[in-house]
Amino acid sequence: MSYFHHSDEGQPRSELPTLALAGNPNSGKTTSFNALTGARQHVGNYPGITVEQKEGIAHCDGESIRIIDLPGAYSLTAYTQEERVARRVIGRERPLAVMALLNAGALERNLYLAVQLMEMGVPVSIGLNMMDEARAMGMSIDVPQLSRRLGVPVVETVARTGEGLQEYLRETLAFGRRFEGQPWHPLHISYGPDLDPVLKHLTESLDEEGVGCAPYPTRWLALKLLENDSEILSELSHDKPEVMAHVKEHIDEVEAHLKATLGSSAEAIIADYRYGYISSLLRGVLTRRDDIAQRMDLSDRADRILTHQFLGPLIMLGIMYLMYRITFSLGEVPMQWVEVFFGWLRNIVDVSMADGVLKSMITSGIIDGVGGVMCFVPLILLIFMQIAILEDSGYMARMAYMLDRIFRIFGLHGASVVPYILGGGIAGGCAVPGIMAARTLRSPREKLATLLTVPFMACGAKLPVFIVFSGVFFPGNEALVMFGLTLTGWVVAMLAARVLRSSFIKGPATPFVMELPPYRMPTLQGMCIHAGERTWEYLKKAGTVILAISIVVWAAMAYPGLPEDRVKAHEAAVADIQHQIDASEPGSVMRLSLEKALQEEKGRFSEEALRHTVAGRIGTAMEPVTQYAGFGWEANIALLGGLAAKEVIVTTLGTAYSLYDTEEDSATLAQFIARDKNWNIPSVVAFLLFVLLYAPCFVSLVTIRMETGSAKWAAFSFVFNTCVAMLIATTAYQILSRC
Amino acid sequence: MSIPLRSLPVGRKARIASVRADGELGRRIRDMGLVTGAEVEVIGRAPLRDPVALRLPGFTLSLRNNEADYILVEPVD
Repeated sequence: MSYFHHSDEGQPRSELPTLALAGNPNSGKTTSFNALTGARQHVGNYPGITVEQKEGIAHCDGESIRIIDLPGAYSLTAYTQEERVARRVIGRERPLAVMALLNAGALERNLYLAVQLMEMGVPVSIGLNMMDEARAMGMSIDVPQLSRRLGVPVVETVARTGEGLQEYLRETLAFGRRFEGQPWHPLHISYGPDLDPVLKHLTESLDEEGVGCAPYPTRWLALKLLENDSEILSELSHDKPEVMAHVKEHIDEVEAHLKATLGSSAEAIIADYRYGYISSLLRGVLTRRDDIAQRMDLSDRADRILTHQFLGPLIMLGIMYLMYRITFSLGEVPMQWVEVFFGWLRNIVDVSMADGVLKSMITSGIIDGVGGVMCFVPLILLIFMQIAILEDSGYMARMAYMLDRIFRIFGLHGASVVPYILGGGIAGGCAVPGIMAARTLRSPREKLATLLTVPFMACGAKLPVFIVFSGVFFPGNEALVMFGLTLTGWVVAMLAARVLRSSFIKGPATPFVMELPPYRMPTLQGMCIHAGERTWEYLKKAGTVILAISIVVWAAMAYPGLPEDRVKAHEAAVADIQHQIDASEPGSVMRLSLEKALQEEKGRFSEEALRHTVAGRIGTAMEPVTQYAGFGWEANIALLGGLAAKEVIVTTLGTAYSLYDTEEDSATLAQFIARDKNWNIPSVVAFLLFVLLYAPCFVSLVTIRMETGSAKWAAFSFVFNTCVAMLIATTAYQILSRC
Repeated sequence: MSIPLRSLPVGRKARIASVRADGELGRRIRDMGLVTGAEVEVIGRAPLRDPVALRLPGFTLSLRNNEADYILVEPVD
């Protein structure tokens, strides 16, 4: 869909009458959408970006109405992805009408969006939401007068109680039907003596060239060009370069003139006139008593404590710690159910199927892989419920407000703190919900830098590795090692963010200007819908990809198998020892040493088999490089296995150390490590640092892909993190082994 | 007498005299309702003195000090 040429691509339009719902963030739009459509919602993503595409079915006088929930936006000036999506969807779907839901308490600013919708030409009806609060703030609005001046229906609503919503829906529908099948009638605002002639001239030249494309009115396109709208400018220069050249010349001339005479830009003048239009619209319609802010008072009083210079940060620390505790201690129980269930499933297959490739693939590939994905579901559900509370209550904005000064130094945003904490900023987190939590950042560059650096944190899956090694090499100081590694995670993540923001994600800080909404009680329905849909989305996308990847990883660690004669020889040896065991006396010294020999034979064999596989060969081939960081082939295989999930590092290391079954006794792994001459303090420190920092696990990579909408960033994250890890691990090893 | 918004003390009301920001920042500032003539009051500062919380009729905004520098205000009583 383009602004300048016709095309039939895009989604097929629905059979049902369609309305779109637009509004500022914090205007009660989501609450209204939930109240109107209930659970009859469908969530998806706009292709390639993470702006959510939501639609649902509402009922009005027995008729079903399709409602598209447009992303929350303050304006249609293409400042954010949300704004660009909103106006494109309106053009593509051509709803009967747009319901512009406004927060009546901040009427002037909310009308700024509504007026821009009307300038686009789509029929608009206005919902004055939160009228109860507006009245409590001492505002009174002459609704019939406002409706007359705008020439559109204006309905008072209170979305939280559902008051007025049905009437609003009915009026919008009736209003939209009056214009069905007709071209749009855009609102024309005067932009003053300097710009009106320019606008007229631009509109005429666009019309002459015939570049306008229904349903967008040419005056609107001309206005956008004058507003220096990057999206529309680049589309015009792509589709009609010759027109663009002419237009550009004209606009530059005007801008130079405005700069010289008024010291201002066309964009600023347009905004001023638009707000001017709104104030004249509201003259005599809106009256505000001077002693405003009764409702605000409550919020202000809360803020005096919650963002207090000393108390504020303390309370915030407490809340973040609580969040982390709730997620990982409450989440542990259902997580175990999931684990138990998949263990049970594995057992059933184990018992009922004959040994062989198919069985190995089903148990080690499919069940373990899918089980690994499902394990995260309770965590994600809990995280998103809490994020919904933080966001809907208004506290999230305060966190960003308090921390912005620090995070800004590193090219991040105050709101980056939540992804960091959840991703393992407090040891034991998990990068997957961390990366997903970066959605709450509205600034694209800061969001990207945040989600790419979250995997540096000490997530829960890395902890077993830390525990095993620090137990052997730093006995009595395990806690200190753990703390040091967690801290290292923070330092590296923030420094890496700084590096990324001045190299790959270069660009000025996204303007911080944001709303601090009044504190509100989150609704249970909103919370459940929010958490439920995000979790489902994760399951759908991660589930399919992870399944494929786990099978690949399983194959790399199983193929090629050892030659037949070697397998036969091993089987013969096992049978021979088993035979001797059966013959020996139960409990005798002889029998014990035979059992030990049996374990050793099985262990040697699995070591040999592993070394023979693709993964084993890669691990061996990597030795010449990894030796500078002090890792041998065993460590390399373990690290390769850790790409599937970091938990795998310990178990793979066990296999590589010829342990037949590590799960039986993890202390044995520690013994093997202690005995291996290759492990010393320098190489252990290097290994732990590498495990902390290297490539994110596959689930995280898939999540990065999902959240950035591009496989490029997932690949980047893989390479970048591994390079950072290798650099730091090698440096540490080289320094430590020299002193 | 216009002063930069940064130097407006907490609790003091003022009217915006001009917004000198262009491009992305200017657009964002105007979209959020910070335009010439708007009435503002600084109601607080973050624990590290930056960003600042700003009250406009009916809503509260926060913006960084270096963003506030683009906004000139005239204090009112």
